Amino acid sequence: MIKTENEAETGINAEVPSDVEGLLPWYAAGTLRPDETRRVEAALARDPELARHYALVREELAETIGLNETLGAPSARAFDTLFAKIDAEPARKTSPSFNLGARLSSFLAGLSPRTLSLAGGVAVLAILLQAGFIASVLVRGTAPRHYVTASAPSTNPGVGAFALIRFAPQASQDDVTKFLKDNALSIVAGPADNGFYRVRLSASTLPQADYVTVIQKLRTDKVVGFIAATE
Amino acid sequence: MQTATDDILIARIANGDRLAMQALFARHHVRVYRFVLRLVRNEATAEDLISEVFLDVWRQAGKFEGRAAVSTWMLGIARFKALSALRRKPDAELDDETAERIEDHADDPETTLAKKDKGSQLRQALNGLSNEHREIIDLVYYHEKSVEEVAGIVGIPEATVKTRMFYARKKLSELLKEQGIDRGWP
Repeated sequence: MIKTENEAETGINAEVPSDVEGLLPWYAAGTLRPDETRRVEAALARDPELARHYALVREELAETIGLNETLGAPSARAFDTLFAKIDAEPARKTSPSFNLGARLSSFLAGLSPRTLSLAGGVAVLAILLQAGFIASVLVRGTAPRHYVTASAPSTNPGVGAFALIRFAPQASQDDVTKFLKDNALSIVAGPADNGFYRVRLSASTLPQADYVTVIQKLRTDKVVGFIAATE
Repeated sequence: MQTATDDILIARIANGDRLAMQALFARHHVRVYRFVLRLVRNEATAEDLISEVFLDVWRQAGKFEGRAAVSTWMLGIARFKALSALRRKPDAELDDETAERIEDHADDPETTLAKKDKGSQLRQALNGLSNEHREIIDLVYYHEKSVEEVAGIVGIPEATVKTRMFYARKKLSELLKEQGIDRGWP
């Protein structure tokens, strides 16, 4: 028998419930996660004692709901008092830190199904155009035409292993500088209008497997918004 | 769906939309009132408190971050208000509770007969729980709050929520046993 701090608190001498037993009230109320629900159902199917216990929980659930439903409702006084106080409040300025998600939900809820359908189509088209644009950037990256910056190394920018990179919008200048230094990268071109930089990964060409590994490693850095191999 | 539309109402309230406040009040005031009433056991006090709860919602809507459901957020505010009210006048509330218990023991024969009904006796036992046990039973069974949500409202770890619920139910069985009903558990 295991005792808990709560036993001292309540004065009850009892065992701690098993994990599944402890979840029965939430299972009865339908507020468990799907994986927990499956676990409880499996336990109920194989344990008759637990199933008997669950029947007690269902009685408690029913009577708690019944009891609360008999409590009635507040009188109109609560409403009147509340809105009298609200009317006495100073005029409110629009909150600048307002929840963007809720605003978007509100906006979408106000659109007709036809408008939503049309907007969805436009969104798909925009995504396709963006994908095409990114692909064209990658292809263009193979051409010798690129910006040459003051930070470009003295070595021939056409020799070595390269990548096209766009930094995450939230990355600071210090973050980018540290990222370049830690990974021994140098910018050889950019930024292009679309925000891409061409960076040198290595002064010499890399075996394909190493090249892929390096790109994948860099992709995991929070500073990186997008990265792809380029010649 | 209601959670999503509650969020929309809160967003409008944050911008001073009085009609949205009326809609939110209409949707939730009865449940909030019942939650508070079960804690303070006084209808007039409960009515005063729900006005205060919704006034806080009106004032703080702009700070609502959506990390919990709106109903969970409001029950958290309601609980705080109810416990503060109980601390301000504990004697009055104790009188109510005591009166209720005295009434229970002074039933006439007809009432006693009616209480043979197991459901009635279970409800009587539910009323006999401490505030701490009563609120967790109500939050789980009536207000349909998950373990995580109860933890947020009451301000205790999730493991403690499960344990407290277990002991509330055990106490319920004990109270029933005192009335002559042995549920065979625990």
